[in-house]
Amino acid sequence: MTASAVAWILLLAIAAYACGGGVDYGAGFWDLLAGGADRGKRPRWLIDHAMAPVWEVNNVWLIFVLVLMWTGFPVFFQTVFTALWLPLALAAVGLVLRGAGFALRKPTRRLAARRVYGAVFAVSSLLTPFFLGAAVGAVASGRVAPGTTASADAWATTTSIMAGLLTVAATAFLGAVFLTVDARRFEASDLVGYFRRRAWIGAGALLLLGVLGLTVTDPHAAYVHHGLTHGAGLALVLLAAAAVALTARLVAGRAAGWARYSSVAAVALLVAAWGCAQRPYLVPTSLTVRQAAGASAPLQWMLIVALVALVLIGPALVVLYRLDTHGVLEPLSDEDVTR
Amino acid sequence: MKTAAHLLANAPAQLLPARELMAFTLASHILLVPLGVALPLVTLLMHYRGLRRADATALLLARRWSAVMAVQFAVGIVTGTVLSFEFGLLWPGMMGRWGDVFGLGFGVEAWAFFLEAILIAIYLYGWRRLKPWTHFWLGAPLPLAALMGAFGIIAANAWMNTPQGFTLDANGDPVNVTVRQAVFTPMFGPQYWHFAVAMFLTAGYVVAGVYAVGWLRGRRDRYHRLGFTVPFTLAAILTPVQFVLGDNIARQIFHKQPIKFAAAELVWNTGTHVPEYLFGRLQEDGSVKGGLKIPQLDSILAGFSPDTQVTGLNTVAADDRPTALQATIVHWTFDIMATIGSVLILLALWYAWCWWRRRDLPRSRWFFRCAALAGVASLVTVECGWITTEVGRQPWIVYQNMRVSEAVTPTAAASLWTMFGIVVAVYVLVFGAFLAVVLKMRTRWRLADEGVGPASDLADGPESGTPYGPRPPVGAAGARTPGGEL
Repeated sequence: MTASAVAWILLLAIAAYACGGGVDYGAGFWDLLAGGADRGKRPRWLIDHAMAPVWEVNNVWLIFVLVLMWTGFPVFFQTVFTALWLPLALAAVGLVLRGAGFALRKPTRRLAARRVYGAVFAVSSLLTPFFLGAAVGAVASGRVAPGTTASADAWATTTSIMAGLLTVAATAFLGAVFLTVDARRFEASDLVGYFRRRAWIGAGALLLLGVLGLTVTDPHAAYVHHGLTHGAGLALVLLAAAAVALTARLVAGRAAGWARYSSVAAVALLVAAWGCAQRPYLVPTSLTVRQAAGASAPLQWMLIVALVALVLIGPALVVLYRLDTHGVLEPLSDEDVTR
Repeated sequence: MKTAAHLLANAPAQLLPARELMAFTLASHILLVPLGVALPLVTLLMHYRGLRRADATALLLARRWSAVMAVQFAVGIVTGTVLSFEFGLLWPGMMGRWGDVFGLGFGVEAWAFFLEAILIAIYLYGWRRLKPWTHFWLGAPLPLAALMGAFGIIAANAWMNTPQGFTLDANGDPVNVTVRQAVFTPMFGPQYWHFAVAMFLTAGYVVAGVYAVGWLRGRRDRYHRLGFTVPFTLAAILTPVQFVLGDNIARQIFHKQPIKFAAAELVWNTGTHVPEYLFGRLQEDGSVKGGLKIPQLDSILAGFSPDTQVTGLNTVAADDRPTALQATIVHWTFDIMATIGSVLILLALWYAWCWWRRRDLPRSRWFFRCAALAGVASLVTVECGWITTEVGRQPWIVYQNMRVSEAVTPTAAASLWTMFGIVVAVYVLVFGAFLAVVLKMRTRWRLADEGVGPASDLADGPESGTPYGPRPPVGAAGARTPGGEL
């Protein structure tokens, strides 16, 4: 009982990271494709400007996911990090590079150097979600049974690569939707259409990869595949697809602000569908939630901590996003720090 | 008797790179932590002063410090996330067996950190549009969130030093976990206070050091005076407190981790009237080469009497204790920490004396030279403290329950060495960038203060400005001084 509650919280945290971090990585993805220094100047300005205030908050979810994993399901954590060593190590390196690119790009004067750092930031925005997604795909395909040692067999599979690509598409979609709304908010009318087109491309890619992903019937992944094509899993998948379609419509209309909510709902529903399809397993057909659960006392406390945190963090998070979307949060300008 | 070389030969090949990588990333991250934990408080103190007295200079300092805070926090998040990844990438054996026993602290830490990230975002970006006092009060909980985060991390580390709150079943797996005991372990209290005070003290000295340098270069305006006085006063008040706490934690280690204490003090044979060595090197046969020997002092420090019995390293088997080299490392870091702490006490007393006699800063250039170095010295001390506690626990990752070699990942050594190389290269870049950004901000602000406009800096290149800090506003909306009116 407690274990499954913690498992749901873990899924919720993963969904939150997929959405929050996803927007952020998606922005980096479009930064990568923004073109040369002159052509990409405007979109890159918007990306920097829109992402800055909530950048860290969006990335803290990941730390929480890891902590929940090792406290709630130590064996699961050990298994995943042993078997999927390479993709996770690459994701970690990508995280650092991303921070490095982010920090290095701006203070650099010379265009050549700035291009290098910008590329580092953007490329790692692509690699990190890909490898994290591939790790999720490897778990879903059931190749990460406890005791598996690190090898490419665990993750260099069709399922993993599809999951990685799907993750990248999801981030690109989220990023473009948010940037469309941000462009309107910052009165950069030239960029509204620019990012709207990209939101549609992202939505199309997401739907296409989703359909393709469901046609891949890796014998290992049979359990999750069955879960996604029947019952609650299927319902969630269809809802997610509907949310993607709705987002594509909303972005075009006057009520574009709502597109943010529907795009987040789409990604959260996808994560929920995956979680639903895996029930009752953490690693399909070899490790159930109950088997992997840690000692009961810490699990109960983890729930209490999560509840307390919800009471503290929930309102704070709402305040932050409200302030951000109402344009109250502005970076210090030059004159603020030179006067 | 086993030699160190023999012990190393038995260890799995991936142990060394895993250790080096963990040590390197921890040591890098810990340099950012004092500012991450304590800079918000230092900034808020200045901010409060600015609002309270309608002091434009104090507000300017607070705004500039929050710009630095932003960059520092971003880098800190990245290096911190890497550490949580490394628990799984390097030490899956520890997390798999013990994760649930001591993970709750991390849970508290993650949430506290989350709150800190939210509050810091509101604080940093709220300068322009929020009402001055609303803005201040939204930032006010920041130090508490930071202390809460430190609570979680120290709970986890203290548990590794003095693990409890579980019983072992037949397979050696922990069962019957009692959370309260696992969080509040014997070493938790001493470690927590020692660490928390260290963070505030270090941040105070680091920030003050910047203005001490300016002072030495002849910039003696009110701005530099204020920028020096507020953080330095905070640090000077905390220095004697930290000295007492440090003395206390050493005695707690003597009681609760006698072998770590023996390593830190180079005690080979159990006995009374044990001498204190200042520096020196432990040899394989238990003798000490070099260093300054002070008779009886170690016993007196440990138990207030020369008759106090101190446990020696050779009471446990060679593979259950730090090697001679490790003991020497622990001993040196411990002594460097104590030495710097003592010197800082003198500096704080000098400052207090002048303040008490003349209500003014010391006039001596030597005082400011020392003050400029105090920040770096504090950072060195923080590193030394962590080396003392981590190396002193060897060869255990969970003291007397699991060896580091049992916890290490089965991944091949070559992969780990490769990752180590990549991480070192990337970290050098990141920290270089961090320093470059901060120094660049400083230069621009100085030029602005001297009336040399930074106009050239705002050239409309593809991306101008520094992250977070000075950036051109979107429109021409920023015509008012943020936080300036009351």
